[in-house]
Amino acid sequence: MGLVIDASYLAAAILFIVGLKQMSSPVTARRGIVWAGLGMLLATLVTFGTPELLQSEHFVTNLSLILAGIAAGGGYAWISGKRVAMTDMPQMIAMYNGMGGGAAATIAAVELLKASEAGGGAEAYLGPDVAILAILGALIGTISFSGSIIAWAKLDGRLHLSRLLPGQHIVNALLAIVLLAFSVMLYFTTDLTSISIFFGLALVLGVFITVPVGGADMPVIISLFNALTGLAVGFEGYVLGNAAMIIAGIVVGSAGSLLTHLMAVAMNRSVANVFFAGVGTGPASADSGPREMKEIQAQDAGILMAFASQAIIIPGYGMAVAQAQHKIWELVQLLGERGVKVKFAIHPVAGRMPGHMNVLLAEAGVPYDMIYDMEDINADFSNTTVALVIGANDVVNPSAKTDTASPLYGMPILDAMDADNVIVIKRGRGAGFSGVENPLFFADNTRMLFGDGQKAASELIQAVKEL
Amino acid sequence: MIEGLAAIYIFLLAGFTGYEIIARVPVILHTPLMSGSNFVHGIVLVGAMYALGIAETGTEQVIGFFAVLLAAGNAVGGYVVTERMLEMFKSSNKPGESAGG
Repeated sequence: MGLVIDASYLAAAILFIVGLKQMSSPVTARRGIVWAGLGMLLATLVTFGTPELLQSEHFVTNLSLILAGIAAGGGYAWISGKRVAMTDMPQMIAMYNGMGGGAAATIAAVELLKASEAGGGAEAYLGPDVAILAILGALIGTISFSGSIIAWAKLDGRLHLSRLLPGQHIVNALLAIVLLAFSVMLYFTTDLTSISIFFGLALVLGVFITVPVGGADMPVIISLFNALTGLAVGFEGYVLGNAAMIIAGIVVGSAGSLLTHLMAVAMNRSVANVFFAGVGTGPASADSGPREMKEIQAQDAGILMAFASQAIIIPGYGMAVAQAQHKIWELVQLLGERGVKVKFAIHPVAGRMPGHMNVLLAEAGVPYDMIYDMEDINADFSNTTVALVIGANDVVNPSAKTDTASPLYGMPILDAMDADNVIVIKRGRGAGFSGVENPLFFADNTRMLFGDGQKAASELIQAVKEL
Repeated sequence: MIEGLAAIYIFLLAGFTGYEIIARVPVILHTPLMSGSNFVHGIVLVGAMYALGIAETGTEQVIGFFAVLLAAGNAVGGYVVTERMLEMFKSSNKPGESAGG
């Protein structure tokens, strides 16, 4: 049986890797998740046959608890996963990721408890290598758990806190040092109190790290926690001698780290920067003179677009919040019938995660060949009659290019300002997600169409239809 | 049991594999792929099942139960949302469906 189990775990690990590889191409992506799912199913099923489980003197109780846990946790996740709107996907990923981190941490907790019952340190009970990885995994998993829950709460609009304590970074650094001290202590001696304090402090650190992170930086943090959970799972896999956990965990840890880095680069932030500075907390850059936004009515905007030779739509997260993507797609089809060439321009960090906007547009039915990445379309703006910005702000902010004092300075942007006309659909006159003012809104060739995204899009459709 | 040098090999190779998978992925798939990798570390479920399966005391059973509960949420939730996202990619990927292009 042992051989069958080991072989199955190895097969599961291979299925995960092949599945992830397939997920990295749009053509095979869907097959990829099914393969990975089969790997998970296989690994879970053979685990029921583990000799240690079958020989446990609490076999019946433990088996019932396992089945109850899978039913409850899996049931909750199944229902919430099926119900969540596409726009809320990032926080759901954060939530499920946090659960994984919590699971890795609790596995370590069981090991540490066993060590304390044996009356010694983790090293004496587990051996030096296993002890170190068990404690590290516990630490990382716990931080990922509480941090992800905070990320979920913030993105879900349940938590609006962005400041906890003065000198938060110093507090965090001190807390991290104390935690390291506790980790070393657990290596040599364990008891229930120190284990509890250790996990308690790690939970607090996860909260402290995540609370100050600005909304725009959230995807980086979620991705980082995803990588951390992977690492924690890999470490605990070593503790349990489980090849599938080691391979899958480390693959995710490494892939997630790279993805985190790519996201941070796309936003011109370093990962360290995300932690140690919140965008828009500094003084706003010197405001120059009285400036005014020029309004436009939907009717006129519709005419402008209907007679354009080329229009580029720049959707941002605001469009998704307003659920306007279906209306926009309808508008684009109408314009297409009139012979207007329409393209979608997607900034790498449009939406809340790289690729999130593509998912949202795909949901609305927009075909791939109309969607362009930033590098491919930026040169095209100068040949464009109308750039329609809907729900996007920071990704078209020209001060990222011109104003060295701007917190966005250096971030690659979509050059919407190069178009002959820019129409910005915006709810109100306030600053964007990052709190930075956008000079594009005051530019001579820019007209503001104020209102809810979906309503504005409907009005545009109406205006084009009436022509 | 995997230990010593063999473990280091596995860690290194797995790390390299993860890097390779992400290095060439188009931006449009970043979110589904992040979600997919989130699902993959749901494999922590087998560890949680093991930890609970060999639990001896009441405390261990309670903690082990939470481990299984959380891990099952990770695995199932990760699968469901990834599958939902990729499903949409399938439908919009068919050529000739575009009305405006």
